[in-house]
Amino acid sequence: MTFISRRDLLKRTVAVAAAAPVVRALERSAENLAPPEASVARTIQAGGAPGALESLSAHEMELLEAIVSRLIPSDANGPGALEAGAARYIDRALAGVLSPSREAYRSGLAALDRYAQSSRGKMFAQLSPTDQDSVLMDVETGAATGFTGSSAAFFGMVLNHTHQGTFGDPYYGGNRDFVGWDLIGYPGVRTMVSTTDQKALEAHQLKPNHKSAYDYGSFTRASAHHVSAEATGHQEA
Amino acid sequence: MASRLKETDVVIVGLGAAGGVAALPLAQAGIEVVGLEAGTWLTRKDFAPDELRNNVRGWPQAAQKANQEIPTSRANASSPTAPRATVHPMMNGVGGTTLHYWGQSWRLNPWDFKVVSETKRRYGASRVPKGSTVQDWPFGYDELEAYYDKVEYEVGVSGQAGNIDGKIDPRGNPFEAPRKRGYPMPPLRWTEFIEKMAASAKSLGWHPFPGPASVNSRSYQNRSACMYHGFCNRGGCHVDAKNSTMVTTIPRAQATGRLKVVTRAHVTTIEVDANGQVAGVNYLTDGVEYFQPARVVLLAGYTYENARLLLLSKSKAFPNGLSNNHGQVGRHYFSHNMLAGVSALFPANTSSWYGLPAQGVAVDDWADDNFDHSGLDFIGGGNLWVYSDRRPIGAAGMSTFGRAPAWGSAWKAFIKENADRSNTAYIQKTTLPYEDNYLDLDPAVKDPLGFPVCRVTAEFKDNERRVAVFTQEKMERWYREAGAVAVQRAPVGGAMGISTHAYGGTRMGDNPEINVVDRWGFSHEAPNLGVLGASTMGTSGGHNPTLTVQALAWRTAEHLAKNWNRISSRRS
Repeated sequence: MTFISRRDLLKRTVAVAAAAPVVRALERSAENLAPPEASVARTIQAGGAPGALESLSAHEMELLEAIVSRLIPSDANGPGALEAGAARYIDRALAGVLSPSREAYRSGLAALDRYAQSSRGKMFAQLSPTDQDSVLMDVETGAATGFTGSSAAFFGMVLNHTHQGTFGDPYYGGNRDFVGWDLIGYPGVRTMVSTTDQKALEAHQLKPNHKSAYDYGSFTRASAHHVSAEATGHQEA
Repeated sequence: MASRLKETDVVIVGLGAAGGVAALPLAQAGIEVVGLEAGTWLTRKDFAPDELRNNVRGWPQAAQKANQEIPTSRANASSPTAPRATVHPMMNGVGGTTLHYWGQSWRLNPWDFKVVSETKRRYGASRVPKGSTVQDWPFGYDELEAYYDKVEYEVGVSGQAGNIDGKIDPRGNPFEAPRKRGYPMPPLRWTEFIEKMAASAKSLGWHPFPGPASVNSRSYQNRSACMYHGFCNRGGCHVDAKNSTMVTTIPRAQATGRLKVVTRAHVTTIEVDANGQVAGVNYLTDGVEYFQPARVVLLAGYTYENARLLLLSKSKAFPNGLSNNHGQVGRHYFSHNMLAGVSALFPANTSSWYGLPAQGVAVDDWADDNFDHSGLDFIGGGNLWVYSDRRPIGAAGMSTFGRAPAWGSAWKAFIKENADRSNTAYIQKTTLPYEDNYLDLDPAVKDPLGFPVCRVTAEFKDNERRVAVFTQEKMERWYREAGAVAVQRAPVGGAMGISTHAYGGTRMGDNPEINVVDRWGFSHEAPNLGVLGASTMGTSGGHNPTLTVQALAWRTAEHLAKNWNRISSRRS
């Protein structure tokens, strides 16, 4: 006999039932995050072809692209975060898994532009690369004013997501043409690495295979798929 | 009203590392078992080599219960609550966290069972750290040897023995306690970098050896050998080469016809009858209430949930929570000090893109009491472990060792050159329980059902800080010997936070005044309640807990089967 009354337990049950649609909504957005079947190659082939924005405004996207272009620039060492589609990755993720950060992006991007205007006299995207870098340094160190909380937190978040969009699996919309993996010498997702492969890697002779996890047909794509697939009956053998 | 289900002999709460093992000897002994698991059955198809999903986003597909009840944490009773973690360290699913854990499967050192008496004997009573509630285990290593052996063969562990019946094999760990026989599989292979690290340890006069792993180095029990694809860390195995309980003990228990697995069962409380005996458990599936009556309940959640479920299960007989009439539930808590690691930068690639964190080289010269502590100001030590594990997003987040900024063209040039040139050792260190480190229910934060989550109040003390500094110095020396051009040490001490190696809260011991369960893992106060998991362990040693958890689970289950009539009989 517990001290929790049946009525209490019932109330809690109702609370869970009420929470369920929220969970399902999150699952749906996780599914939305994943491109439809067999689209991995298309995403990769799409290159810079712009699709509709999923969460950012056109102006926010322009600003975010200007930022990621400075975080990981295109230079003598090859394409950078813009070319990888990191801003596109962030836009898509903000409509799904990263939706709790949507407000932080809205207010942080606006604050960054205001700070650029007040301290350097121009909107961020209109500044020279050198001035853009100096603004970003202020944001990184927390010296930039006008942010909700510390500008350093905003900077850390954007840099983190830029890494995800540059070095993550292209399935999620970034790392276009595997530019991120090629930059750091990652030879690609494999499902088997033999001793011979390992020795080839050690001899700098293992060629990048340019494969996404989901180019191997054997894996379930949508992260929430399994939950909904099992949502019938609770007793199992 | 809850639907009252048909009574079973034993209900196991949680089919993970511990519950998934305990089910097998029970079912084999003819006992009917219902296994309640909050997660679902996952399959190879769910185990995509996807860093974003597995490592960055923390397995959103299989933490449906855990992520609703992430514990809060603070350093001590007067410090503010830290920002709450967004991902629970454990997962839900049949097999539990053995699905995506690293699979390091260590036996403890004999010293770990006798920290108090051995410290007194060798160095004097004053060397047991003040404020620590550490006690000797109620039995020694020898008692557990047969169960370690059992699990190594039933689950499948690869490794190199270092001490068979007192005969030292220099290929293995010379500090290992005597074992009756070697591992069922040879160790996982080494990479060129791991070979180099082993050679450097030898040149320092140390004793490097391959670590044990519940990962198949060759095909075992009709399952594949490891594919070394690089996504084992927080990833399930796409070829079933990681020996989770999902692919080992649970299906074997099911094959007896006496284990019924119930998935998506969210256990809310353990029910107690008028005589103060455990009567069964309440759980929810899709908001529908069930009551599963049982003769015996085995609580086998993770450490945080074991303590929380007991504290939430209040009754007339146990007004402060089940098995808590001595106020010991939540006490003697500690988490393994795996912070305070060391990172190194090498002048050439380490070729670590593939492999797994259980594939590597260990040094135990500075672990436990394997060295003389006479002139030192601490007891215990740490296991040094160097392994092959790297993925792209993680690599991009590496330290720049003060050689480059964190972004821009200079960073890009740095990462292009160095992404595969770093190595980090986290070092598992002796950690002790203290009077003022504990678990309780958070007074403010609740799960979606309205139940308080677990609160961790714990910080590292002087002994832990001194062990950390000492072992960091050893690790730095090892990296330098291997040619590292830069070495960084992480900060020492501070709050424990929440951990994948959480111990105590339902400690095992003979004295019911200071322990929740007896030497067999059964409650001192409610004898038909058993508790499985590292929550019963009173010391950590310097090695991963899972094999010890599984050996203890087997032992508790075997004890229950042998003493079935006594333990399961109803008082009247």
